[in-house]
Amino acid sequence: MPTFVYMTRCDGCGHCVDICPSDIMHIDKTIRRAVNIEPNMCWECYSCVKACPQNAIDARGYTDFAPLGHSVRVLREEEKGTISWKIKFRDGREKNFLSPITTQPWGEKIPKLGELEVPDQEALDSQLLCFEPDALNVETGLPVISKDKLKEGVYY
Amino acid sequence: MISINPFSEIGTFIPSFVMQTYVVAMFLLVIGATIFDVIHKKSAKYFFNNSVKAKKSATRNVGSGEKASLAFKTATNEVLTSSEFCSTRRRLAHLLTMYGFVLFVIATAVMIFSYSAPNSMTPSIWPLMWHLGAAMLCLGGYWFWFFIRVDVAAEGNKWYRVMRADLFVLSLIAMATFALIWSYLQSSQIAIWQTLFFGLFIISSTVLFGGVLWSKFAHMFYKPAAAYQKRVTKADGSRENLPEPADLPEKFGLGIKREAPRHY
Repeated sequence: MPTFVYMTRCDGCGHCVDICPSDIMHIDKTIRRAVNIEPNMCWECYSCVKACPQNAIDARGYTDFAPLGHSVRVLREEEKGTISWKIKFRDGREKNFLSPITTQPWGEKIPKLGELEVPDQEALDSQLLCFEPDALNVETGLPVISKDKLKEGVYY
Repeated sequence: MISINPFSEIGTFIPSFVMQTYVVAMFLLVIGATIFDVIHKKSAKYFFNNSVKAKKSATRNVGSGEKASLAFKTATNEVLTSSEFCSTRRRLAHLLTMYGFVLFVIATAVMIFSYSAPNSMTPSIWPLMWHLGAAMLCLGGYWFWFFIRVDVAAEGNKWYRVMRADLFVLSLIAMATFALIWSYLQSSQIAIWQTLFFGLFIISSTVLFGGVLWSKFAHMFYKPAAAYQKRVTKADGSRENLPEPADLPEKFGLGIKREAPRHY
């Protein structure tokens, strides 16, 4: 469900432009309000929806499974550390969800990458990401699948 | 310089009625273009349809007394103190330009309609207000243009990248800047430059007031309407379909405040 912006609610602060991982939230060249310039490329992370201080960004459902008339809206309350969702169905039914933004006090579990050792070339060439495998809590390391166990018919 | 009425000084060359006709023409241009804009973009229709839609999902009725109180709150918060801005810097810059513009326009109108004859004695408060308004416009405007403008702060563009959205703010800054330079040159008795900057002042103010259709000048009319509608939806429970605020105590405090958008 790609996002779109209500122009009358947006104040052009740029939070969505800053946070969008796809770099598709931009400022309109005529009216200086945010706009999703490429909804097809939106991967629906809802970062902009949650980050918008004016609640000016909404999600538009695909019409094949979310008919017109429905509504999905989100409210992010930083002071309480909560995100609330309200799903309104076309027939008037409503569902409300409340989730914590984080289960840890803010700032405690942010990795300080600058304090880590600089990775060597072998680590850079490895398929493991930063903090892996420790962060995955897999004591025996990542599972490895040998080629003969791969799906039959797929050749490498 | 700041205690001299620049319009009475040029009253010897330009008759008062010409200046007054210009001000009336600019006023009519703003009103006419705003009405045309509302009809052309169907913004009034959009607001009306939106309020009808909101009424359908309202959980309670908002009486006329409460509506009046909401209108009052909109006037004191969103209109007079620009409380809708989430960034303090933007809010301050907006307040500077807004009050600067108001002071400048009122002082201009008073000086042109009452004290533009060559030998008229202008009370010093009006030229003072005119210069103060222009200075506030410049301060807020340049602060916004170079540092706060979303194209610079969030999009990572250079300050000199100009596009149509800049028509309003650029013509506003240009008008105030040329007005101050013109006033300075006039008090310094530098005739040629004085005429040039007076011409630039007139061009920039004509672009500002005549370009309403293409600029965001009209936001000063429809923003209060949008703010009022937002307050009504909160009061009647429709809340623009937004969830109710979580029934939880403030847990993390301001430490969780979102970062300013400047990651370029």
